[in-house]
Amino acid sequence: MQTAVIRFPASNCDRDAAVALEKLTGRKPLIIWHRETELPAGVGFVVMPGGFSYGDYLRSGAIASRSPIVQDIKAKSERGLAVAGFCNGFQILTEAGMLPGALMRNKNLKFVCRPEKLTVTHSNSKFTSKYEAKSEVVFPVAHHDGNYFADKETVGRLEKEGRVLFRYTDNPNGSVNDIAGIVNEGGNVFGMMPHPERAIDPLHGGTDGIDLFKSILETL
Amino acid sequence: MARKQSEITPEIVAEHGLSVSEYEIVLDRLGREPNLTELGIFSVMWSEHCSYKSSRRHLGKFLTTGDRVIQGPGENAGVIDIDDGDAIIFKMESHNHPSFIEPYQGAATGVGGIMRDVFTMGARPIALLNALRFGEPDHPKTRTLVSGVVAGIGGYGNCVGVPTVGGETNFHKGYNGNILVNAMCVGLARADNVFYSAAKGVGNPIFYVGSKTGRDGIHGATMASAEFDDDSDEKRPTVQVGDPFTEKLLIEACLELMATDAIIAIQDMGAAGLTSSSIEMADKGGVGIELNLDKVPQREPNMTAYEMMLSESQERMLMVIKPGKEQLAFDVFEKWELDVAQIGKTTDTGHLVLKHHKKKVCDIPISPLADDAPNYDRPHTKTAPRPVLNAADIHETQDYNDALMRIISSPNIASKRWIWEQYDRHVMTDTVDSSQSGGDAAIVRIHGTNKAVAITTDCTPRYVEADPYEGGKQCVAETWRNLTCVGADPIAITDCLNFGNPERPEIMGQLVGAIEGMNEACHTFDYPVVSGNVSLYNETNGQAIPPTPAVGGVGLIPDLHKFATLSGAKSGDTLILIGETTGWLGCSIYLSEILSRGDGAPPPVDLSVEKLNGDFVRKLIRSRRVSAVHDLSDGGLAVTACEMAFASGLGIKLAKSPLAERHGWLFGEDQARYLISVEKNSVNPVLSTAKAKSISAQIVGTVGGDRLTAEGAFDLSIADLRQANENWLPNLMAGDK
Repeated sequence: MQTAVIRFPASNCDRDAAVALEKLTGRKPLIIWHRETELPAGVGFVVMPGGFSYGDYLRSGAIASRSPIVQDIKAKSERGLAVAGFCNGFQILTEAGMLPGALMRNKNLKFVCRPEKLTVTHSNSKFTSKYEAKSEVVFPVAHHDGNYFADKETVGRLEKEGRVLFRYTDNPNGSVNDIAGIVNEGGNVFGMMPHPERAIDPLHGGTDGIDLFKSILETL
Repeated sequence: MARKQSEITPEIVAEHGLSVSEYEIVLDRLGREPNLTELGIFSVMWSEHCSYKSSRRHLGKFLTTGDRVIQGPGENAGVIDIDDGDAIIFKMESHNHPSFIEPYQGAATGVGGIMRDVFTMGARPIALLNALRFGEPDHPKTRTLVSGVVAGIGGYGNCVGVPTVGGETNFHKGYNGNILVNAMCVGLARADNVFYSAAKGVGNPIFYVGSKTGRDGIHGATMASAEFDDDSDEKRPTVQVGDPFTEKLLIEACLELMATDAIIAIQDMGAAGLTSSSIEMADKGGVGIELNLDKVPQREPNMTAYEMMLSESQERMLMVIKPGKEQLAFDVFEKWELDVAQIGKTTDTGHLVLKHHKKKVCDIPISPLADDAPNYDRPHTKTAPRPVLNAADIHETQDYNDALMRIISSPNIASKRWIWEQYDRHVMTDTVDSSQSGGDAAIVRIHGTNKAVAITTDCTPRYVEADPYEGGKQCVAETWRNLTCVGADPIAITDCLNFGNPERPEIMGQLVGAIEGMNEACHTFDYPVVSGNVSLYNETNGQAIPPTPAVGGVGLIPDLHKFATLSGAKSGDTLILIGETTGWLGCSIYLSEILSRGDGAPPPVDLSVEKLNGDFVRKLIRSRRVSAVHDLSDGGLAVTACEMAFASGLGIKLAKSPLAERHGWLFGEDQARYLISVEKNSVNPVLSTAKAKSISAQIVGTVGGDRLTAEGAFDLSIADLRQANENWLPNLMAGDK
């Protein structure tokens, strides 16, 4: 399976995502520069990595979401391309309108980095099929703007449609309904603030993130 | 050059921080009066910050060579060999004065500056650490400074995407008027692809890359070379403003260009900006430099030559490019959307020549600026020795539970989680251990390998203040011990020598004493100094900081299957104390926190015992004989046991004190000691090997349960201790204390 990681100016988890994808697919992902206009043929899964694209200037993810490559990814995602955004990648996906809601400054206004306990809400999705429903996992978080917000109606829909895939057990940032990760209506675009790509190595941050990658890779 | 002679008045000379005698040297070397631009250039180059004029002759005593040293002091950072063609490039640097005046930007640009020193040499930064000293917790400025500095460090390092993996934070009233912000960066390069700053060759193009030059930070180096007074807030405009986004682009662009064969020399524009970078490059390469200032990318209109040369705008690099590779350089930097300009060339004149608006605005010989900088032998008086205190003469607490709770929640022992949770410790996914564990040294894997570097920063200013020589030895020894605790071979150090006004003999005595003590430790451990900086004039209204020679140590863990942390203790393990305990309470945390005293001589460091004990512990780790290791330092055995219990989540039962002075046994700060947790079947082999080597080793307790107890002293739940340890700093920052 050919995967790809998009690199924006000041992405800084692009290498981390690439390491994870290579480890789990056995094949190096393509690193795609943000100014490219089209994904190479054959790419089946795209990761929008964490970082501080454009220094978080204007709003986190706002400028990167206007990059040429994002327009192509957006169009292809509407035809089913699998896309995941972690941390800044999640912010870019909301700014691009590929996922609903927005990520505001953390409730306590401070950057937070810690191993975070999450609950997998259900395993009936492309991104969580390898987990037991309601199981607890630990992924590191590291963000300043991770406070997920959407209007009541949107949150209601997300909940009703089972599109909240991960929830914080000890909410680190003030996110509404403790939401840590969501998918789009089609179930093929996923975003979360925690870093599953930092949880694939027993020496580094545990291995709870592996099943997330395995889940989506298996569907392709 | 048509400046009237009267323009350089004695007042202007004084404002530039040059003494009368220094100005006379300027006149002598030039054979004429300088113009204002030239005076400004001399003033920054000869500032304490850039010229090390008070410390240079003493720094020269340091051990700076060793089997693994590729580059010692004198370049942007030190370089050591870690086998397999890999090199580690590292340095620690102070950003004290700016951080006190403008904590967020001061600290942020400190982090940015130290990273540039490292990637300038061809290394990808892989870890950051910070050694911070603040004033008393309840001083009205402390909370603002802590929150600003921490946010600044995080705001910069997190954005650039380099993990902040460790450091230390102290509080002491001696820093009320001068906080210390010392930032350390560790980078990874290929040993055969290290870049240096010597501008070789004549007629080679000089490139300017990065942010535009603005009016920020003009005379920052001069500010950093002066004392503060009550009007120091007025110096805020001399503090630079950081842009981590540009720094990140600069790192990627420089590393991309460095992978080609285009760069002859490269130097970041740090203190004294364009002046210092161009002069250092030219001086090291033995060439002249001619710059056309009209070509310098400028943020504001109508900047003068003086302003451009003295600006300390951040995120800028100067490089000499191989002729014919200009287009390649332009292409790389333009890809990363960075400002880039060819602003001059190397010459054979040996002069720094500046042109602005088609006029020559500066023409000065380079060698006096760099080589002939003042080099003072300032008078120094030795710190008077203090009496050695006997534990038997020191009041023993009647309530050990209360004493331990007070110590574990005291400012210098309490958890610094509030700080390090604001730093991304995991980015780059090679952090094996960090502040998160409370361990002795951070462990960062060399990407894609099974080896790692261990990194720590240490200094115990109260020991140095009491006895600069012993305290200096202790700073180096503690880093060596902390690296040993995780199973690393200590390799080399960097240092930040933070002191008061060197023109006062007692301060100069502290500096000289500390350097000599440090150097003795460096020799004993074969542990050279490869980089560092000196920050003097840390005084406000004549009150100097405690002498603070912060040391950053780097070691190598050759095999990540064989390392240790403080967190692996298992239920049923036996605790063995390595090293002798006399119950040394002079200068201890017990003395300061329980008795409000800071007197007495600090614990002496027997370097040969230190080496013997450390080599023994490292060997035990490598042979996988131990499940956890933690050194004994501030707060002694009780605090070490408590921290080990926090890390494993298991209780610890300490046996009865073998000394009559229980407080000396539990809280004494004798050096060269380690607490190791070993499985039952390893106890006898460990004890017998120690005995054979004449190393003091004794069983002092066991692991298990959920309480920390010491027979005849304290009995507390780990949960209560943890709460006290964790709550102090958040409560302080919330204003609840």
